[in-house]
Amino acid sequence: MTIVCGDSHTSTHGALAALAFGIGTSEVEHVLATQCLLLKKTKSMRIDLEGELQAGVGAKDLVLAVIAEIGTAGGTGYTIEFAGSAIRNLSIEGRMTICNMAIEAGARAGIIGVDERTLDYVAGRPFSPQGAEWEQAKADWRELVSDSDAHFDKVITIDVNALKPQVSWGTSPEMVVAVDAVVPDPAEETSDSKAEGMRNALRYMGLEAGQAVKDITIDKVFIGSCTNSRIEDLRAAATVVQGRQLAANIKLGLIVPGSGLIRQQAEKEGLDKIFKAAGFEWREPGCSMCLGMNADQLEAGERCASTSNRNFEGRQGQGGRTHLLSPAMAAAAGIAGHLADVRDYL
Amino acid sequence: MQAFTTLSSSLLPIDRPNVDTDAIIPKQYLKSIRRSGFGPNLFDDWRYLDPGEPDQSCEGRRLNPEFILNDERYHKAEIILGRENFGCGSSREHAVWAFQDYGIRALLAPSFADIFFSNCFKNGLLPIVLEQALIDELFIASLANAETSVSIDLENQTILHDGQPMANFEVDEFKKHCLLNGLDEIGITLKYADKIKAFEAAQKNSAPWLYSND
Repeated sequence: MTIVCGDSHTSTHGALAALAFGIGTSEVEHVLATQCLLLKKTKSMRIDLEGELQAGVGAKDLVLAVIAEIGTAGGTGYTIEFAGSAIRNLSIEGRMTICNMAIEAGARAGIIGVDERTLDYVAGRPFSPQGAEWEQAKADWRELVSDSDAHFDKVITIDVNALKPQVSWGTSPEMVVAVDAVVPDPAEETSDSKAEGMRNALRYMGLEAGQAVKDITIDKVFIGSCTNSRIEDLRAAATVVQGRQLAANIKLGLIVPGSGLIRQQAEKEGLDKIFKAAGFEWREPGCSMCLGMNADQLEAGERCASTSNRNFEGRQGQGGRTHLLSPAMAAAAGIAGHLADVRDYL
Repeated sequence: MQAFTTLSSSLLPIDRPNVDTDAIIPKQYLKSIRRSGFGPNLFDDWRYLDPGEPDQSCEGRRLNPEFILNDERYHKAEIILGRENFGCGSSREHAVWAFQDYGIRALLAPSFADIFFSNCFKNGLLPIVLEQALIDELFIASLANAETSVSIDLENQTILHDGQPMANFEVDEFKKHCLLNGLDEIGITLKYADKIKAFEAAQKNSAPWLYSND
C-alpha cells in the first residue's frame, strides 16, 4: 500500500510495510484531483541493526543512534529499509517509532518488511480485511519483503549490543550522545560548517562543551507525539514512574496518549493513576507540546525532556530547549529533575 | 504557476547547516489558509527580537540586527544561498510560500531536504544543488560583498558568478519543462485519466481488500 499525507511523519506507516511519505500541499491537491503523484523512484538504503538491546534501551534509542550515525542529510534521496535482528525483535509500535523518524535522518520514507508480527498486529483491527479477503491479503502481504539478493544503493550495519540510552544535546536530531557522555566540543569537529552549527546549538541550548549530560537540569517533561505515544511507550514510562514523584523543580509533566483508543487502554491498565499520583497531567490525545501549536509550549529558556522528534530552535515554543529521548528516559528525567540514565530506575 | 527562465540577482547567504522549515516559517503562521502574505514572517524567530503572532503587523517589531536578512545591503537578493540539508523538517509548503512572498525565486545549496525540494518546483521556485566547493566560494564572495551576483539560465542549465561561467547544474527534465513553461502538473496528469481508471479497475480485482470498506 502507498500512503501519502501532508505531514512529514506519514513515514510512521512504514512499520507495516507501507510505502508512506509526507508531501506538500500542492502534492495533496494533485492526489485529490488525480489519485496519482508523479515521482522519481528514490534510491534505496538498508540499515541493519544487529544485536540484542540492553534493558532500558528501545526503539527511540535505536533511531536516535541511526541519525547520529548517518546524519540528518544521510538519508536524503533515499527510502530506508530497516532490517536486522534488533528490528525483527521489535514490536510494531517500536517499528513505528523507527520509521517515524526516518524523516529526521533525511529520508522521505522508512520501511520494514512484513513478518508474522505485522500480520498479527493488523488482524482484527478496524478496516482490516475479513474472511476470504484476509487470507488473500495475507498471502499478498507476505511477499512484501526484500529478496535475499536484493540490491541496495547503500547498506549500513550497526552493532547495537552495547547501545546505551540516547539523548539529543543540540538543535538538530543528529546532535545525539549516550546519556553517560558529555556534551561534545566543537573544537574537535573537523568541518568548519559543522563546528559553527555546534557552537550555535550550544549557545541556543545554554550548554557548555564537556558538561556531563546527566547534570543538565530539566523544567518540563513531555511524553507524547507521533513518535512515542503508543501503549507500550506509556507502559515503559509508567514502569519508571510507579511509586515515585516528579522532582520539585519540574514545572510541568505532560502525558499525551496518541489516540482515544490508546488513552482508554491505558486507563484500563491503570496507567493514568500512576502518572497522576506522580504529579503528571493526563491529557487528551493530540500533538500537544511536540510543536507547540496550542497552548502547550515552552517559555524562552525552559528545558524539556521530550519524546517527540524535533529539537529545532523554537520548535516547542520560542526560545525553548528540547532534549529528545525515549519515554522511559523522559520519565526518569522527570523523577530526577535532570537528564538521567533510565537504567538506574529499573 | 509563474514560469522560470533566467534570473540574475545578488544572494542572501544563510550561513548555517540544517535550516529547518520551522525556522523558515514558525508554526503559529500555519493557521492561515491562504498561500500568500507569509513574506514578512519569513525566518520570524531569527528576524525579530519580539515574538510574532498571525495577523499582527510586523511594522514596529524590533529587528534582530545580527540576522543577515535585516542587513539592507542584502534586501534586493532574489536567490538564497544555503548550507547542507536546507529545508529539513516539517512538510509545510508555507516555507516555500514565505520565500516566494518575500521575493525569492531560486535557492543554491549543497543539499536540500526532499519534501522542501519538491515543494519549490510546485511554486515556480528553482532549487539548485551545487557542489560544496562552489557553495563555499559563493559564501565567501557574498559575505564579503553583498553585490556579488549570480545568473541562472534554466534552459541551458548554467550558472554565472559575477558574469563568469561557474557551473552547469542538474535538473529533472520534466520539472524543468514545467518550470520553463509555468505548467500545472494536475492538468498534465489528468490527460492520463483513462489509464488511471483502468489501473484502479484492475487493482479492484487483484487486491479487493483495499476497496472492501468503500
